[in-house]
Amino acid sequence: MADVALQPNTVGAAQPVRKRSGLQKALKRKSTAAFLMTLPLIILIALLVLYPAFYSLHLATLNKSMQRFVGLGNFEFLFKRDTFWLVVKQSCIFAITAVLFKALIGFIVAHFVHNIPAKGQRKWRGMLLVPWVIPPAMSTLAWLWLFDPSYSAFNYTLSFFGIGPIPWTGDADWARFSVILVNVWYGAPFFMIMYLASLKSVPEQLYEAAAIDGANWWQRIWYVTLPMMRNIIAITTLFSLIVTFANFDIVRILTAGGPLDHTHIFATWAFRIGIEGSDIPLGASVSLFMVPILAVAAIFILRDVNKRGNEA
Amino acid sequence: MSSVTIDKAAPTRTVKLGSMSRDRKWALRWSYFFLTLFAIFSLLPPIYMLVTSLKSSAEISAATNPWWVFHPTLENYVGLLTSNQFLRFFLNSALVSIFVVTITMLISVPAAFALARMRFWGSATLATGVFLTYLIPDSLLFIPLFKVFAQFGDWTGIQLINRWYVLLFIYPTLTVPFCTWIMIGYFASIPKELDEAAIIDGASWFQTLTRIFIPVALPGLIAATIFAFTVSWAQFLYPLVFTTSTDQLVLPVGIITTLIKGDVFNWGQIMTGALLGAAPPLIIYAFLMDYYIAGLTAGATKG
Amino acid sequence: MADVALRKVVKRYDDVEAVRGIDLDIADHEFIVLVGPSGCGKSTTLRMIAGLEDISDGDIMIGGDVVNDVPPKDRDIAMVFQNYALYPHMTVAENMSFGLRLKHYPKAEIKARVTEAARLLDITDLIDRKPKQLSGGQRQRVAMGRAIVRNPKVFLFDEPLSNLDAKLRVQMRIEIKKVHQKVRTTTVYVTHDQVEAMTLADRVVVMNKGRIEQIGTPNELYHKPATRFVAGFIGSPAMNFIPCRLEDVGGTLQIRLTDRIAFALPPARAARYNALPRTEKLLLGIRPEHLTESHAHLGPGVESFDTVLDVTEPMGMETLVYFGLDGTPVCGRVDPNAGAKDGAPMRLAMDLNNMHLLNEATGVVI
Repeated sequence: MADVALQPNTVGAAQPVRKRSGLQKALKRKSTAAFLMTLPLIILIALLVLYPAFYSLHLATLNKSMQRFVGLGNFEFLFKRDTFWLVVKQSCIFAITAVLFKALIGFIVAHFVHNIPAKGQRKWRGMLLVPWVIPPAMSTLAWLWLFDPSYSAFNYTLSFFGIGPIPWTGDADWARFSVILVNVWYGAPFFMIMYLASLKSVPEQLYEAAAIDGANWWQRIWYVTLPMMRNIIAITTLFSLIVTFANFDIVRILTAGGPLDHTHIFATWAFRIGIEGSDIPLGASVSLFMVPILAVAAIFILRDVNKRGNEA
Repeated sequence: MSSVTIDKAAPTRTVKLGSMSRDRKWALRWSYFFLTLFAIFSLLPPIYMLVTSLKSSAEISAATNPWWVFHPTLENYVGLLTSNQFLRFFLNSALVSIFVVTITMLISVPAAFALARMRFWGSATLATGVFLTYLIPDSLLFIPLFKVFAQFGDWTGIQLINRWYVLLFIYPTLTVPFCTWIMIGYFASIPKELDEAAIIDGASWFQTLTRIFIPVALPGLIAATIFAFTVSWAQFLYPLVFTTSTDQLVLPVGIITTLIKGDVFNWGQIMTGALLGAAPPLIIYAFLMDYYIAGLTAGATKG
Repeated sequence: MADVALRKVVKRYDDVEAVRGIDLDIADHEFIVLVGPSGCGKSTTLRMIAGLEDISDGDIMIGGDVVNDVPPKDRDIAMVFQNYALYPHMTVAENMSFGLRLKHYPKAEIKARVTEAARLLDITDLIDRKPKQLSGGQRQRVAMGRAIVRNPKVFLFDEPLSNLDAKLRVQMRIEIKKVHQKVRTTTVYVTHDQVEAMTLADRVVVMNKGRIEQIGTPNELYHKPATRFVAGFIGSPAMNFIPCRLEDVGGTLQIRLTDRIAFALPPARAARYNALPRTEKLLLGIRPEHLTESHAHLGPGVESFDTVLDVTEPMGMETLVYFGLDGTPVCGRVDPNAGAKDGAPMRLAMDLNNMHLLNEATGVVI
């Protein structure tokens, strides 16, 4: 590169006068380069996310052998089945209860961690986040073993208090409780971490000002902490709602939908019908029922994330 | 905080300050008490995995105190680590994760750079689109994706289903949107003057990316890499749908489908397998906790 | 080394014109300072010279060549940014040599240039440190070093001292001037601080609302401002503007400030302003240093008057006094021993030899 510094006067000699066309070319070059850099991303999203998403709409209108168009037949069929309504009910109970407890426990634990001296926080935070780090399929196996009908370590312990034995995964109501418990165990640390990050961003002076104004600890939470954290609570909750609603691993491994389909949620039932039962169109129809709730949550998240972005 | 310091200096000055200090001390005790409870709750399953993994089958079926190992043995570990099948699962998982991490970074870093710095037509919409894609769960796409790949096999004769490498096409749908999103945030936080200085220094866009942006945003890159790895390692639904032959399975699916034989649960081996399967993410977490948490919290924020 | 010329340069953002047709000739070796309030277009102008912003209309020439479409790297310029923009992952030496390394200069030459620049800026000891380990002033030196090693045709400075504290700013100002005296590279320097502009520049370009108000040496701007904006912007405390009109009293031309206060103009001034219509609304521009305490032996053209002070500010070597003339706030500069007190009456003297007369409507100095 015999460059400009060595031959100073050749700069711009190539295009001595006009600019308009060259400028547009330059702009084009920059945006072309940018487009090429995003092209793999666009192709990936288009082929492996958008196309399958719309393809599932098409699939849902076919019959089991996928040779005949049945319109809304699959949906009509689903509406007439009791199991479907059981799944709808259980999905809602599962997602709402689990998210509620995750949010609550996360909030409380975050406060406890925030309360203790700063130098010990790392250690506690490290321990409390472990459930989120272990692949859920692996940790659910441990829970399955803890809940085992004949060797349950929980029942062993509870028997000393004269309780039990509890049919953790054998009885419909207990099974519902168990899948929610495991989901809360897995997801609460995520809330804890998000809240903790948000708690740390509340300026200490606000609490000092509130304390001088005579606010007790409850009023400080209500008037200072919660308003400052409102946005992150909303985002985290909505985000968790999506993930919990679409959960597969925990229910699949812990109960596989049983007993008698009472713990099936959309994902596990769609898997049972679509993959195990080889009725792909019907399975696709079941999954599609998740879309409205996911879409509503996504819209709200997007609004909040953009708001956060604008505040910053 | 300040009230406590004042308090220590003059402990008997006023009743009010004294009571506040006592409140704080109690608050601290309660905090530790509840934190201990929550920590036990959090660590119970992994600890129970460890306890069980050290037991022989005989001890497990004898139904002794489940929380204690009376005759510790490594036979479960030896059994799994010398089983070709289990090592195959481990290898498959490792291959899938490493390739997916590489693919993810190759796609998302340039894309994030373009979206953060080179405004072009539709770039804002695309950034939003990336975020929305990240919200689409696996359980919504597994059925159509399965069908898409089955049809792809029918049309081209290239059979991808029931091959472990089919996961290299599918996992990026989970990892790329998130990694792109957090890299956009990290890149956007780099001052604009830095790339202007690089441009004046004579760097091309590509050089600006490789020699300035990537080194400066290295913490973000590490966070994104960790995320891509843990997602790939933990993914359960897709491999369950797409792979069935035992030599094609990844670890989570392999453990569940091969160690559970009908109603016979070999719990010692299952727990050992689960613990070994949980080990890589746990080890990464132990060493790179701050990056892990940074990635986790960055997902819900813009920049 | 090269001269720089701007010909009717315009910058439009959508429908806002940030720069509205600037003509400027910068000679080789010259140190030019663009000064003005924020949003006056000075930074945009600099960035257009650098090539970081496209120009909407007009031409920019460096060394006689039109560089409108030349990318920044080929313009042979170097720029120092307000926040230094040092690459945080590189050492000082790596920061300074990055541009040369990109152009594949021989290693020996890079080393020689970096060593020379480091010596010039007195940062030889810091050469292996990372920017994080440097103080603000040191970072500023490194940023300048990065510019110097390139040996460019033009140096561009974008408010380089704004992030430093007041004391360091004065020090670095002198440092920049010294460096320029040594390397003699054509320099365009942007600042909002008129003191920096006055102290550094060979010529100052005062900008306002995307236009050039006046170009001149620091002394010209101070003593012969062309407009009210320049008169008010240059000098601290700012020039006073007092509404006034001209009147003829017994054959002499008088300037009337209030009902009570009117002064006869010195002969030179009277001749200059005599043609003006007596009804025109005018402003008397007078700097605080020309409003001092009165004493027994006033020179010709210095007139005294009585007033009541509102507030006084002792500054040490002088005391600033504030008072009102028919509601117009006025500032004067008196000797600290002149006995100025808050709320007390005081006799002041106005040096009409240094007055300016402005058209109130157009803001033009007559």
